[in-house]
Amino acid sequence: MNEANDIMMLDAVERYIRGEMTPDERLHFETLRKSNGEIDQLVVEHTLFLQQLNRFGERQGMQSTLNEVHTDLAKQGKIHADTLEGKAKMVYMWNRYKRVTAIAASIAGITAISLSFLVNSIHPPAKAENLQELVRDVNTIKRSQDVIIKSQKVLDQKIDNVNAAGARSPIIPRFNGTGFLIDPKGLMITNAHVVKNSKNIFVQNNKGTQFKAIVLKLDVKRDVAIIKIDDENFKPLSVLPYGIRKGGSEIAESIFTLGFPREEIVYGEGYLSARTGFNGDTLSCQISVDANPGNSGGPIFNKDGEVIGILSAKEIAAEGAVFAVQSKYIYQAVDELKKNSIYEKVKLSPKSSLVGMDKVKQVERIQDCIYMVKAD
Amino acid sequence: MKEENNEKLLLQGLARNDKKAVETIYRLNYSMVQSLIISNNGSADDAKDIFQETMIVLYEKSRSGTFELNCLIRTYVYSVARRLWLKKLQQASRFGGDMTVVENTVPVEEDLDEHQRRDHEFVMMERAMEGLGEPCRSLLEAFYLRKKNMQEIAGTFGYTNAENAKTQKYKCLVRLKKVFFTHYKNGTGDERSQ
Repeated sequence: MNEANDIMMLDAVERYIRGEMTPDERLHFETLRKSNGEIDQLVVEHTLFLQQLNRFGERQGMQSTLNEVHTDLAKQGKIHADTLEGKAKMVYMWNRYKRVTAIAASIAGITAISLSFLVNSIHPPAKAENLQELVRDVNTIKRSQDVIIKSQKVLDQKIDNVNAAGARSPIIPRFNGTGFLIDPKGLMITNAHVVKNSKNIFVQNNKGTQFKAIVLKLDVKRDVAIIKIDDENFKPLSVLPYGIRKGGSEIAESIFTLGFPREEIVYGEGYLSARTGFNGDTLSCQISVDANPGNSGGPIFNKDGEVIGILSAKEIAAEGAVFAVQSKYIYQAVDELKKNSIYEKVKLSPKSSLVGMDKVKQVERIQDCIYMVKAD
Repeated sequence: MKEENNEKLLLQGLARNDKKAVETIYRLNYSMVQSLIISNNGSADDAKDIFQETMIVLYEKSRSGTFELNCLIRTYVYSVARRLWLKKLQQASRFGGDMTVVENTVPVEEDLDEHQRRDHEFVMMERAMEGLGEPCRSLLEAFYLRKKNMQEIAGTFGYTNAENAKTQKYKCLVRLKKVFFTHYKNGTGDERSQ
């Protein structure tokens, strides 16, 4: 059978399965089906396939309803999903850190006991001429007390960090970062900590031209900001070369970044190392890539030239672990921005026109959409 | 009796992906699941994931022809969420003891087995779709999932006529089927041999 025939046959099978055939046609088709094993097989197989495809679509639909409902209810304060409050937070923190606390407490205990033992064994009775030494010992004790106090502080700090990790507090110094266009008319994404509390924001492209920008939306918790180039010298593009990915990404997927850790655009390569971020945060992911403070807010691309995330704060404790906010979050943020605003018509595109291109060409086309973000 | 009817209506709504129904079930049960997860070593994000997966289980169940829930939605949700979380904890070996049970529970193992099978199929289709690349993926989604007709599709995707779009759709479909069935046959084969 040639292709045209195949297409017709499949079309017939689909109409048959959906019950769209006229009675006559149906009768004819059923006779054909009985006499031809190949066609019978095709019907069986295609029925199964369409069923699977339907289920897939339905579940995707349900998933998106669930996400919508979740966002709505959280916003209306009917569920307290993102901000654990009062007792719930205490329970959560305690459960998570009771082991750390226990270890810290026992270390403190052991230190204290061994210290007093040491002091006793070195200085059985106190002699007058040893007064000086005694003073030193007191100092030693004081110093070790300081150590204990300090370790207590470290623990406090750890807990603070955990609090802050939920809040994605700025770890990297402010004022300079990277941003990238998410729509041809000048809407950009960068990190919230780059532009937070600043009076003037400028973005500068790879050619050194500066444009003024304004903040439209700030999500300090996720550390993401939407800004807009607000400058008459800026010429909107017709279309962005890259798309913004809606779904998640796979572990070990190779990725690359473009950003402004210095005055010039810098390329970095790496891979996705975990699908979730710090503490299993499902809206972020962990990547392995060389990143410097100025990279903050920059885009992360996969090999097809789709933005899969926004480079975010670098986790201090683990060297090499860089966290990124997943790109699906960009959709959420823009959806929120769109509600009852003049940006209602903004539409993000998941389609990348860079699929299958080699890296050099991809970067060449992308780099004009990446800006250095300067804020004071 | 009224309560029972209410629950029935909610589940029928859920089966239709009716937003109001989903919202009601969500609102009435979320905090229960959240406190279950949080008091058992989980985070707020874990709670969201587990709750939404539970909703999917309930959704799948409500859609199956033979569906009858012989307990309250609340009890069912709690039982499913608890099993799902238990499993996750065991996988991550973050868990030593037993989970305290503060609500009534019903046995849900069979439903979860079914869910796991469907989940597996969903992931297979998702991967196959993702592997297709564009414009194939969007083309098939527009036709099979959003039920657009060929005329509209030709317009959106820039084909000169519906016939051309149909040929393209056919080629994409053949590719998708091939990838899907390769995994499908392997996948089910593996499961049987286990």
